[in-house]
Amino acid sequence: MLSQQLLNALTLGSVYALFALGFTLVFGVLAVINLSHGAVFMVGSYAALFLVTRFEMPLWLALLAAMAVSGMLGLLIDVLILKPLRARNAPHLIPMIATIGVAITLSSSAQGIFGAEILRFPEGTIPAGEFIIGDVHVRAIEIGIVGIAFTLMAVLFLAIRRTQLGRALRAIAESPKAASLLGINVEGLFHGTSFVAAALGGAAGVLIGLDFNAITPLMGQPILHKGIAVIILGGMGDIRGALIAGMFLGFAEVMSKAYLSSQLGDAVAFGLLFLILLVRPSGMFGRVLERKA
Amino acid sequence: MLAISKLGKHFGGLSVLEDVSFDVPAGGIFGLIGPNGAGKTTVFNLITGLLKPSAGNISFEGRDLAGLAPHSVTRLGIARTFQNIRIFKEMTLLENVMIGMHQHLAYGPVALFLNSPACRAAEAEARQRALELLSWVRLDHRAEMLADNLSYGDQRKLEFARALATKPRLLLLDEPVAGMNPAEKTVLMEEIRNICQRGFGVFLIEHDMRFVMGLCDRVAVLNFGRIIAEGSPDEIRNNPDVIEAYLGREDEGQAS
Repeated sequence: MLSQQLLNALTLGSVYALFALGFTLVFGVLAVINLSHGAVFMVGSYAALFLVTRFEMPLWLALLAAMAVSGMLGLLIDVLILKPLRARNAPHLIPMIATIGVAITLSSSAQGIFGAEILRFPEGTIPAGEFIIGDVHVRAIEIGIVGIAFTLMAVLFLAIRRTQLGRALRAIAESPKAASLLGINVEGLFHGTSFVAAALGGAAGVLIGLDFNAITPLMGQPILHKGIAVIILGGMGDIRGALIAGMFLGFAEVMSKAYLSSQLGDAVAFGLLFLILLVRPSGMFGRVLERKA
Repeated sequence: MLAISKLGKHFGGLSVLEDVSFDVPAGGIFGLIGPNGAGKTTVFNLITGLLKPSAGNISFEGRDLAGLAPHSVTRLGIARTFQNIRIFKEMTLLENVMIGMHQHLAYGPVALFLNSPACRAAEAEARQRALELLSWVRLDHRAEMLADNLSYGDQRKLEFARALATKPRLLLLDEPVAGMNPAEKTVLMEEIRNICQRGFGVFLIEHDMRFVMGLCDRVAVLNFGRIIAEGSPDEIRNNPDVIEAYLGREDEGQAS
């Protein structure tokens, strides 16, 4: 029983971490709390579902295509909404409010196009294989979800830590002005970051859609709240922190549902977060970074 | 090398620079001095594309800089440091300098994920070059340290090395000794001479007169947004307008 729950927690936690990763990346690099990230996640889910049902695309291809679709959406949001606000030096709250508008527009559109009811992947799309290790039933799809989430996170983590591109992003996170004067195309990397973050969010949407096999226009809302909790707990802009805090939230939620009360899962998980923040207001590993213009 | 002609800048109705013209010759150290608030930093911000001029032209080696984004100006061969130091504190010294090489380390994301040999070779070469630049300012033994742990004077030296990593032909230094103690000033003066001797043009703005007079080959004086004199340090020292506008009012040591 416990090991079965641990597996569930690992699956859920890795999707939370993947979702929060894009969220924290945008905050770190663009200094924007992008509240449309949940809606982009939902669009990723619908995109994969649409491609699988309408075009009978294989699942792996639909996942890649859904990442491309949500990535383009993220890029579009940056170019059409965030960029003009940057150009006018809009204070922090403005882009945040603007992205709430984007989120509402996207979820209403999804509702208009696909309806409000819960949609599911057609029978046979999701690999049905199952392994039994000891007393734990491991669904093939769970292995896929955890594997894909960890691969994406590892690639991003190594790219940020070890490559020139990552160094440039970290430089922008500290001071976009100094970075631009060292020859870095800051606007270009803002666009690139928006694309990558949204693609990761879209991937998380597909994976959650597969895990629960339930897709709705409002599915981005609860995960957005969890994503906010995760990046605050992990330290704003901290990639490693997002990973660990995402896992933590997944474990807290699954364990409290399993052993305390199935209705109180979220309440317990968020209560724990609140307690941690009381003790460590800048997050689990947090130093609060100050950013110069 | 850098030609500034009839440059003007106003913010709303407030005129900060008016009809400013001077040439920075290739090689040597050029100084722009003037009291606090004379508009010196505005000149740098206009050159590097952080601000757009209201009037006039700036050209570098014959190319007009009007309308270029800061990173494009850097790529043409102009680097700068800031009056209030802006090193990347969360990164190591080595990484700070490698950021300066960004334009020269132009491997694409595909090569990067394939970890191609060309990409690895470029990385290794960049590390070597970064270490060499750090050794120029005698910080190579601390290459792996976080930049946040450096003393104020050493942070400035790191900023020099990072700016040189962009391979500039002209280095703009915005009050390089602001807030430094006399010992640090002496060290930095030496570093700036070294940079010049390695063939980089240096253009600095400063209000510490003794520092400028001891270091620069040519000096221009800015007062209330206008150039009031230009010449060798000796000529400037004896120019009555300068004495009245600037030297008569000693304001050395104030932070602007």
